[in-house]
Amino acid sequence: MKAIYKRELKAYLTSPIGYAFMGIFFLLSGAVFAYTTLFSLSADLTAYFTYMLLFLAVLLPLLTMKAFSEERRQKTEQIWLTAPVRLTGVVLGKFFAALTLFAACLAVCSLAFLILFRYGEVKVAVLLGDLFALLLVGMAFIAVGLFVSALTENQLAAAVGTVGILLLFLAVSLLNDYIPVYWLRFILSGLSVFSRFRNFTQGVFDPAALVYYLSIAGVFLFLTVRVYDRRLRT
Amino acid sequence: MIEVKHLTKHYGTFCALDDISFSVGKGEVVGLLGPNGAGKSTAMNILTGCLSATCGEVFVGGADMREEPLKAKRMLGYLPEQPPLYPDMTVGEYLRFVYELKGCDLPRDAHLAEICELVRIGDVFCRLISQLSKGYRQRVGIAQALIGDPGLVILDEPTVGLDPKQIIEVRALIRTLSRRHTVLLSTHILAEVQAVCNRVLIINRGKLIADEQTDTLTRMIEDGICYRYGIIGPQKDVLPLLRRVPGVKEAAFTGEYDGEAGIFRLTFAPGADCRKAVYYACAKAGYPILSAVSGGGDLESVFIRLVDNSDGHA
Repeated sequence: MKAIYKRELKAYLTSPIGYAFMGIFFLLSGAVFAYTTLFSLSADLTAYFTYMLLFLAVLLPLLTMKAFSEERRQKTEQIWLTAPVRLTGVVLGKFFAALTLFAACLAVCSLAFLILFRYGEVKVAVLLGDLFALLLVGMAFIAVGLFVSALTENQLAAAVGTVGILLLFLAVSLLNDYIPVYWLRFILSGLSVFSRFRNFTQGVFDPAALVYYLSIAGVFLFLTVRVYDRRLRT
Repeated sequence: MIEVKHLTKHYGTFCALDDISFSVGKGEVVGLLGPNGAGKSTAMNILTGCLSATCGEVFVGGADMREEPLKAKRMLGYLPEQPPLYPDMTVGEYLRFVYELKGCDLPRDAHLAEICELVRIGDVFCRLISQLSKGYRQRVGIAQALIGDPGLVILDEPTVGLDPKQIIEVRALIRTLSRRHTVLLSTHILAEVQAVCNRVLIINRGKLIADEQTDTLTRMIEDGICYRYGIIGPQKDVLPLLRRVPGVKEAAFTGEYDGEAGIFRLTFAPGADCRKAVYYACAKAGYPILSAVSGGGDLESVFIRLVDNSDGHA
């Protein structure tokens, strides 16, 4: 796992895609931050985190699209398929590499919050809860991205597919209130990425949400391993 | 070193491998020979754990590939048909990555330096893989397979796409490897097997049709050689004359050639070379030989005979 993790992280830092991701991330974060706090003279970060959640659905697929599809296209996956390593280790290595880059970007963006301490009143606990929630959502999104990437040889298809699934996740949350069927609404709200995120942005630490996001990540990472397991068998 | 029992692989209704069994002992260099699409790569992928078989078992150094894949994989190095190289890494970075991936416990720098010297890639150690020529990539691929000093090295078509000079170099390299490793390589080129292997497994349409020492195969090929002679003379006289030459197994008239001459196909008894005797016999009888062409001494004709044989036994 460590070898894969190191290789992936280095590949992010030596390839255009890694820098494109970081550039767009900083740009969006900066713009959203300026727009929601500085321009509106508010120290409330709720809007910032809500926007960032939406942007992550488009940004994180950039990070994960190459993970497996490129290896499949160039047939480099055979190096770890025939090495004495477990598939789980390979998948986790790639997962943590993407997560590390994402967390690092998030940390850099958080520096901007220091301005708010100077001019406004910031609830530190809420802020930390928000950051933690965004990290959790990122984990879930990265896991989805890895899974889709394992399904195809085409990077672009992986990216578009991931964005599609993530937007569907979000759309379900946003449209949920308009669904007239009660049981359907109940199930969908249970699956909703958004409603759980809202608790965090209001400063409530919700253990159920923690379990929920970790489960999504776990399920999709498991499915990724299964994709390879199955390919070995057919 | 590797033992394969009743290996069968179906892709849907297509049977890629049909009940293949063989074993390779320590120190052998074995060639897996077959035409394109015979099932060589499928077999290689199953042996290395990239693909699982529909049924059958693979043991590497006594470890079952299905039950203890990590233990089995630790004992083998594999060069797939397309070397699994990351173009965005330098050769050095790549080899260190593979070293770490395989979890080797040999002293790293000394081990890598030794391999680089063996496959002669020391001069490109700091170059990006994307900038390397095909020959160098192939050698980096072989280097990768050797990391961790595995007992068994499996090479899938190691000389495909190389120029003649590189082919000779890679073959020499494989012979060097055989001093320390058991080598199993696949190829569709007969000369390659003759050049590097001491044993040959021939597969055709997923079936193992021959398991022979290279010498035996060479003899079979020589036995398969037939000659076409263009001889001036009446067919009814020349044919008996040719049949009387000692060592000639078969003689047949196959057609007219340039009006007055006829073409005669001769097959010699195993191990016999009667070309001189044929010449003298014809010269003595006054039938001039206009041409003599040998043919049939190739892999295809050996295949045809082996396939015929295996069908005959069935």
